[in-house]
Amino acid sequence: MLRDEDRIYTNLYGFEGSDLKSARARGDWHGAKEIIQRGRDWIVSEVKDSGLRGRGGAGFSTGLKWSFMPKNVKGPVYLVVNGDEGEPGTCKDREILRHDPHKLVEGALYASVGIGATAAYIYVRGEFKREIQALERAVAEAYEAGLIGKNACGTDYSLDIYVHVGAGAYVCGEESALIESLEGKKGQPRSKPPFPAQVGLYSRPTTVNNVESIADVPAILRRGASWFSSIGRPKNHGSKIFCISGHVNTPCTVEESLGIPLRELIEKHAGGVRGGWDNLLAVIPGGSSTPMLPKDVCETVLMDYDGLSSVKSGLGSAGVIVMDKSTDLVRAIARLAKFYAHESCGQCTPCREGTPWMAKMMERIANGSARVEEIDMLLDVSKQIEGRTICALADAAAWPIQGLFRHFRPDVERRLMAARKTAA
Amino acid sequence: MPKLNIDGQDVSVEPGTSVLQACEQLGIEIPRFCYHERLSVAANCRMCLVEMERSPKPIASCAMPCADGMVIKTNTEVVKRARQGVMELILLNHPLDCPICDQGGECDLQDQAVAYGGEHTRSIDERRVVPNKDFGPLVKTEMTRCILCTRCVRFCEEIAGVSVLGAVGRGTHSEVTTFVEQAIASELSGNLIDVCPVGALTSKPYAFSARPWELRKTESIDVFDAVGSNIRVDVRGAEVLRVVPRLNEDVNEEWIGDKSRFAIDGLKRQRIDRPYVRHNGKLQPASWDEAFAAIGAKLKGVPGAKIAALAGDMVDVEAMAALKDLMAALGSANVDCRQDGARFDTSARVGYLFNTTIVGLEQADALLVIGADPRVEAPIVNARIRKRYRESALGVALIGQAVDLTYSYQHLGEGPEPLVGLADGSHPFAAVLKAAKNPVVILGAGALARADGLALQALVRQVVEANEVVREGWNGFNVLHLAAARVGGLDIGFLPGAGGRDTRSILEGAQAGEIEVVYLLGADEIDASRLGKAFVIYQGHHGDRGAHRADVVLPGAAYTEKNATFVNTEGRVQRARQALYPVGEAREDWKIVRALSERLGCTLPYDNLAQVRGRMAAANPVFAGGEELVAAPWQAFGTAGAVDPAPFAPVIENFYMTDPISRASVTMAKCTEAFVLSREGKTGTHG
Repeated sequence: MLRDEDRIYTNLYGFEGSDLKSARARGDWHGAKEIIQRGRDWIVSEVKDSGLRGRGGAGFSTGLKWSFMPKNVKGPVYLVVNGDEGEPGTCKDREILRHDPHKLVEGALYASVGIGATAAYIYVRGEFKREIQALERAVAEAYEAGLIGKNACGTDYSLDIYVHVGAGAYVCGEESALIESLEGKKGQPRSKPPFPAQVGLYSRPTTVNNVESIADVPAILRRGASWFSSIGRPKNHGSKIFCISGHVNTPCTVEESLGIPLRELIEKHAGGVRGGWDNLLAVIPGGSSTPMLPKDVCETVLMDYDGLSSVKSGLGSAGVIVMDKSTDLVRAIARLAKFYAHESCGQCTPCREGTPWMAKMMERIANGSARVEEIDMLLDVSKQIEGRTICALADAAAWPIQGLFRHFRPDVERRLMAARKTAA
Repeated sequence: MPKLNIDGQDVSVEPGTSVLQACEQLGIEIPRFCYHERLSVAANCRMCLVEMERSPKPIASCAMPCADGMVIKTNTEVVKRARQGVMELILLNHPLDCPICDQGGECDLQDQAVAYGGEHTRSIDERRVVPNKDFGPLVKTEMTRCILCTRCVRFCEEIAGVSVLGAVGRGTHSEVTTFVEQAIASELSGNLIDVCPVGALTSKPYAFSARPWELRKTESIDVFDAVGSNIRVDVRGAEVLRVVPRLNEDVNEEWIGDKSRFAIDGLKRQRIDRPYVRHNGKLQPASWDEAFAAIGAKLKGVPGAKIAALAGDMVDVEAMAALKDLMAALGSANVDCRQDGARFDTSARVGYLFNTTIVGLEQADALLVIGADPRVEAPIVNARIRKRYRESALGVALIGQAVDLTYSYQHLGEGPEPLVGLADGSHPFAAVLKAAKNPVVILGAGALARADGLALQALVRQVVEANEVVREGWNGFNVLHLAAARVGGLDIGFLPGAGGRDTRSILEGAQAGEIEVVYLLGADEIDASRLGKAFVIYQGHHGDRGAHRADVVLPGAAYTEKNATFVNTEGRVQRARQALYPVGEAREDWKIVRALSERLGCTLPYDNLAQVRGRMAAANPVFAGGEELVAAPWQAFGTAGAVDPAPFAPVIENFYMTDPISRASVTMAKCTEAFVLSREGKTGTHG
């Protein structure tokens, strides 16, 4: 359980203002000049030592990612902050953007120093209208106060930060699609290699980081890597914003220590499962793309990268979707399958053709018109598209379906046979 | 040089080679749809998946650069299953209309489905239907068959240089379409048909006419421009059904222009299939005997100085060699192969060739185009320039009409004035040429056809010499010709002899009555009204301008109907091969001249093709060698003189109709309507 003094996001709920003055009162921008002056290498090694892993879903070490950026390059280098939060069940970046935008702006400055960026772009999901306003105000305030721009914070480092508004495609949350979109093109993921660190935005070296990863950085640099790594479990350090939605008594977004047991998270912060713990059916632990967990797994699982991957799921973006026994799981997953089919960019064959096919099969299973054998076919198709495409959207489409059948296949089969009987 | 292991074989490859290319080097075939050697890598079809050690999932071999120590496996069960999976998904929404699809028999998808396809579909859902698009008169669309590999999009964007195609929509609703609802206005659009791996883009004029295995295929040479693109002529019965490009990295790579591909329906119309003789002002059908008799009767007693011959744009070297010999036998030196009236210096071969060569353009680092519009005059050359431009941001300057060349250029002026500054070094672009490692100057044939062509040629030579465009190991001086026959005619010396008249002088002579007989060998681009009262013999394959004016018409063979030699603008000697027989009573052209010589009592000393070619080789050693290129040594040419400051005029007004064949083509007429006339703006009464 996270101690109050270890909390990074002290204005997560917007009880205080999001303006510069309020942010400063909360400690933001404190000692910024000294941090910048400690230099690029110190920042990268501090972030690396803190054990911060990417908060967007993939969980790759942020410091390590920064260390991949080429040094001594001539010409522009970019930091891109991914605020295209679109994962169903996730609403953490949104809270940062609207209530604590200065943490992000400050983090973007340090990250830019760390990777040697000459400009930073913050790409925000287009639907976040109020959040964009708050962020733009924060950026304007930071410029006004000389915190960013030419000679940021009174150092000889200069950085421009631009806020870019997305146009509402889920796939633009994928880093290379986001770069394409930022360049004004159709949001389609790029084939890798080359990775953005070599060829990114406008073909220049680029690092793309999630909003939360970047907003974590100021606290890490101010309070030290060892403070951050003292929270959580080995290899899963620090605190994380969880978004608990669905069949709980008080759905909420809350910052908690990584490695907190799922049950504790739900009961302590979300008021418990509707109708009591025993009314729990399953939980999707990390946003819609992670495979669901049945109640018995939920009893003990720890909420961090390794804890969840050990039960064949993932932390993802930590959007916890709780489903009680009133839930029609098949219907729920069918809806997700439809979502992924709708959001496939259409570039790669397996995803373009496979996601609608899976969605149609899920729909047939949901309405009871499918044959039992179709389940095997569906799983086979899900394997056929998983890991065969340029980006991970196809994987994200396959996993929820695989998760459903991994834990609830007998129930679904019974349901299909019953439907057959009724029809006959 | 990364070293890697593929299927147990060690191979080292050039840096930047993809795994797919490395596999090809070892002779391992990797199935692919979206990958195309000449286009950027999209990696979207996912058919080329292979296994890579230490990679948890199969990788797309087309997009993965080789690295040291990689271990690749292409023949494992995992790879096979992965490809089968992708194939099933490609076929999921692909219609089963192979029996009525024009791609059938030469379809990548069909071929790969044999290797990786399942025996039936597991899907019980309806297939996706995509509305067809109107890409204009050349490319037929069946968009339901499209597998969204985006080769066509990349071809238009990268090779053709027109941003008209794109994929719109998302996911399963993605469609390739033009933006918005327009035809593809590119002179290279036909290549989309070859680039498309399935039957989504097929040839509109060829639609439903044949299956590939019914066609008799003959490798030949294109004659619609001076590039000499390598083509394959596909014939069924007595009909040319289609022309497709043949790979030649030095000339056309694997592309051809739309005129070369689609004007062939003109070979079936307006053909001269028998001799004609004019009686009482009307052309009457005649026998060969009567036609020769009429010529013999007319020529009797006419001195050689009053006889002249002009060769057209699609004439083969054999015919010109024979006709030149005949004219010499008749005592005439009045022959010219430049029917456009050009008067440039032909004494030095280097002065009229595209010396850099087309493939040599890929080394260019500065380019000056003078009085030419390569995009319409030689689309293939333009594509090569664009290729270089995309690779290296080639600096291009143009003197002439400001036109869209598909790449950006500096416009130095419309007339020849900047040339003076370029020659004396005062023009800023002179420094660019001088500083370049491989500078290139392209002089258009249209500029040479001006009255001041000779002086222009000399002036450009000055520019070239002053800026060291020709230097040790590099010749950057180029003439871009328009006609397939031209360089061959110049090389065989189909030019005025001592005291002979050139084209302009022949026409003036004919008007003045000094020339009594004019022999037009396929010459249709002259102003026939200027032939005065001269007796005109027309030998050719189409009833076009020349035949209309003729007094005797002799039916010749089109380029698909004879074994013939053509020399392209680079000076490359290439052989066209006979794909079918000439129509009706028509004969190969040199044979007609040979037969006529016998009737005129001056029998030419050759009885078969080998002997004619022996005669050609004796006249000019370039005809003795094979098809490889012989570089011409640099020497002085041109005669300095006054240059007319008038702007260079466009030479080709309508790309789709430049010669007797394309003027007879219905397809080209449709293109003219769609692309040329539409430019002039439509009124309410159109359509």
